[in-house]
Amino acid sequence: MPLPNAPGLGFKPEHFAAIRDTRPQLGFFEVHAENYMGAGGPPHRQLTALRQDYGLSLHGVGLSIGGPDRPDAGHLARLRDLITRYQPASFSEHLAWSSHETDYLNDLLPLPYTAETLQLVCDHVDEVQATLGCRLLLENPSTYVLFAQSTLAETEFLAEIARRTGCGLLLDVNNVFVSCTNHRTDPQDWLAAFPLAAVGEVHLGGHATEALPSGPLLIDDHGSPVADPVWELYSRTIARAGALPTLIEWDNDVPEFSILLAEAARAAAILTQAEMRHAHAC
Amino acid sequence: MPTHADFTRAFRAGLFTGTLPPGTTAQAPDEATQRFAVYRNNVAHSLTRALARRFPVVERLVGVEFFTAMARLYIEAYPPASPRLFLWGEGFARFLQGFPPVRSLPYLPDVSRLEWQRGIAYHAADMPSVTPADLALAAADPARFKLVLHPSVGLIRSRHAVVTIWQANQPGAVQTGPLRADRAEDALILRDRADQVPVIALSPGEAGFQSALMRGETLLEAATRAEGADPARLLSLLMRAGAITGIAQQG
Repeated sequence: MPLPNAPGLGFKPEHFAAIRDTRPQLGFFEVHAENYMGAGGPPHRQLTALRQDYGLSLHGVGLSIGGPDRPDAGHLARLRDLITRYQPASFSEHLAWSSHETDYLNDLLPLPYTAETLQLVCDHVDEVQATLGCRLLLENPSTYVLFAQSTLAETEFLAEIARRTGCGLLLDVNNVFVSCTNHRTDPQDWLAAFPLAAVGEVHLGGHATEALPSGPLLIDDHGSPVADPVWELYSRTIARAGALPTLIEWDNDVPEFSILLAEAARAAAILTQAEMRHAHAC
Repeated sequence: MPTHADFTRAFRAGLFTGTLPPGTTAQAPDEATQRFAVYRNNVAHSLTRALARRFPVVERLVGVEFFTAMARLYIEAYPPASPRLFLWGEGFARFLQGFPPVRSLPYLPDVSRLEWQRGIAYHAADMPSVTPADLALAAADPARFKLVLHPSVGLIRSRHAVVTIWQANQPGAVQTGPLRADRAEDALILRDRADQVPVIALSPGEAGFQSALMRGETLLEAATRAEGADPARLLSLLMRAGAITGIAQQG
C-alpha cells in the first residue's frame, strides 16, 4: 500500500511517549533506515509500536547511490531485512554519495551530472530495486557547488533515471529552493522542468542562511521551521500535481512535538485545499 | 576527463585538505572554495556530533572545544567504516590512550570504554530471560551449571573511579565535593527490563564473580572468585534486570 496523500513526520525517539499517549492523526512516520540496523533494544521496540498505528516510510542515507562503486551488499541485505520486518509503504534514498571505499562520510555529497554518472546511478538504482524487490524513490539533493564537467541539468538527470529504471522520485521542495537560490536560478523553472508525475513523496524542511559576496548561501540543516518561500513553492506544486504524501523533516535542534504537529497541520491545509479544488473540477 | 572514481577520490581527499575536486565551480567562480567548505564543515560537524553522542562524558570532561578539535583528528585517522554509526568509536579508547594532550586525565580511556559498552548494551539483541525457578535449580547444583548472560551485559574493570566519574557527569548530577579519581572501580553495564542502561558499581569480589560468569565458569567456580562477596546479591540483581538468558550444563 502506498503512503497516503497526507502529512507525515520524521520520527524522533524523544517524541515517542508523546506519540504513544496522544496518537495524533498523521498519514505516516518516516525513519532513517540506518538507525534501525542494530540487533535489538529500544529502537526496534519503538518502531514496532509505531508501525501498529501508522504507515511507515523507510528513508536511507547510507546507500551511496551516486558513488562510483556498486551499493554495498551487506547494507542492501540489512535494508532487505528491515523491509521484510516492517513492511514500509515506501523506501527512498538520495541522489548523492556518502561512502568512499571503506569510509563512511555521513553527508550527502554531490556528483557531476554526466553521461558516465547517469549510467552509474541507473545501474545502482536497478540493483537496489532488484535486490529489495520494491520501487525506490530517489530524492533531489541540496547542493552548494556546480561542476564544470556537468553536461545535464539536474532535472534532466533525475527524469532520465526515473525513465530508465522505473524508480519514483522524492521531491524535496526545500532542496529545490536551497539549490536554486545557491546557484542563482529560479526554482519555478526547476519545478517546471521536473517530472512531477514520477513523484511518490514530498519533503519539506528548514534551512540556514549564510552570506556570500554574490548573495545568500542557503544550507539544508533541517534545524528550523519550513521557510515561507518554500511553503509557497509547495502550494504551487500541490496545486499542479494534486495531493502527495508530504513529510516534515526536522533532525537538528529538534523542538517539542507540538511544533512539528503545527507544521504538519500547515501542510494538511494545503493538501485539503488541493483536494477540494480537484473534487470541484471533477 | 577524470572518471567518477577519480572525482570522488579527489573530493574525499579535499574534505580534509581543502583542495577543490576537479571541475568545482559556482555561478561566481571565486566563491567555489567557500562553497566547498560547506561539505567540509558538514562532514566534520556531523561526525563530531555523532562521536559526542556516543561519548558524552568524555566530551564533558575535556570540554566541547577541546573535544571538537580532538574529534577532527580522530575522524581523519579513523573515519566510520559503515553507515551504522553506532558501530563507530570502538577504537576511541585506544586513540585516547595514545593522545599526549589527555595524558593528564589517565581515567579518560576507561570512561570511554564504559560509554562504548553502554552503546553496545543499548543496541544488543533482545533475549528472553530465565525464570527464578530455573535459576534456583541451577543454584542447587552449582558445580554442574553455568549461566548464559544477555548480550547487553558488559564489565569494565578499571584502576580509576569510572563509576563515580560517570555518575558525577550525568545531566543534573549534584556535585558533593571533590572526587578521587585514582580509586579502582568496577562497572557492570546491562540493558534492564525497562530498557534502561544503568552503570552499576560492583565490589572487587562481585566483579571477580561476574567476570568468571562471563568467561563461562560454573556457578561453583565463579563463587570461588568472589573474595568473600556474596554472589547472591549479584545473581538477584542480574535476575531482576532480565540479564540471565540461559542455564547451560558444564561440559
